[in-house]
Amino acid sequence: MLDLVLEEANKTGTGKVRKINLVFGDMAGVVGDCVQFYFEFLSRGTIAEGASVSFRKVPTQARCRECGQEFTPEEFDWSCPKCHKVSVEITAGKELFVESIEVE
Amino acid sequence: MKVNIKILKDILSANDQIAERNRALLDKHKVFALNVMSSPGAGKTSLILDTIRTLKKRKRVGVIEGDISSTIDAEKVKKERVPVLQINTGGECHLDAAMINRALENMPLEEMDLLFIENVGNLVCPGEFKLGEDRKVLIVSAPEGDDKIYKYPLLFHLADAVVVNKIDLLPYTTFDVDGFSKALKGLNQKARLFRVSCTTHEGIEDWTDWVLSTMRPPKQTSRRQPRP
Repeated sequence: MLDLVLEEANKTGTGKVRKINLVFGDMAGVVGDCVQFYFEFLSRGTIAEGASVSFRKVPTQARCRECGQEFTPEEFDWSCPKCHKVSVEITAGKELFVESIEVE
Repeated sequence: MKVNIKILKDILSANDQIAERNRALLDKHKVFALNVMSSPGAGKTSLILDTIRTLKKRKRVGVIEGDISSTIDAEKVKKERVPVLQINTGGECHLDAAMINRALENMPLEEMDLLFIENVGNLVCPGEFKLGEDRKVLIVSAPEGDDKIYKYPLLFHLADAVVVNKIDLLPYTTFDVDGFSKALKGLNQKARLFRVSCTTHEGIEDWTDWVLSTMRPPKQTSRRQPRP
């Protein structure tokens, strides 16, 4: 993440990175506190030092292959709330990307 | 003045690029790679060993072992007289493409048809990191419980094959194989399900038959189409 941010920030030739807007899905296995902790450590001495990291979490979304219903699966229940079949396509929740950065 | 820059770039894109390079290198040497994942103790090494013993006369197998520490697994594989390389991640809970890239440089790829990459025992992080493999194989063992599919849906969603191991212990557990099979079908229609015991060797042939059939055609024939 840091490499990506530094690469993009350097392209603009500006001074400091102030904020990083991160998007991650429920299924991506990302723990915001850990990202923050390691980011602070790794970014020392770079133009991203001191930047705040904001997290936008995307809930898991599934689409029923049978009836097309979109829904958020329950922990132990991936069946469609409309037709009760269990056959899903995961449409959201696997994201893990840097949406934007604010530089100054 | 503050400027907002849109990026929209995947954080793991750097890993994915290296994975593509691994993939190209494996393709060049016509080596088919399986990324084997499971929680610790589900039987990754046992399944790899059983597969080597079954396929040894037909395919030249190599193994990359991933562990946080120790060479215990590599020592076991070494006894089968196949090329093996141990990666110690030193704390990291998964293998990444760069580790595999370095490992591949040190493996006799020209002497191999099939490469097993045994990931670090973990059902979370290995799912995120592509290594350049052809297929993802997930093992779940009967004593772990059939609820693992609900607890770690991402890996089950991504797997090309799911192996239920330790089926000899099924009578002593509440693991519902039919219920598990239905749940898997719901979450991942492409995944093949195998029921094996690396202790009694039941089901191993079904599994190795799949390995053979999913491998690209024999070396003298034309190349498989590239991955999307």
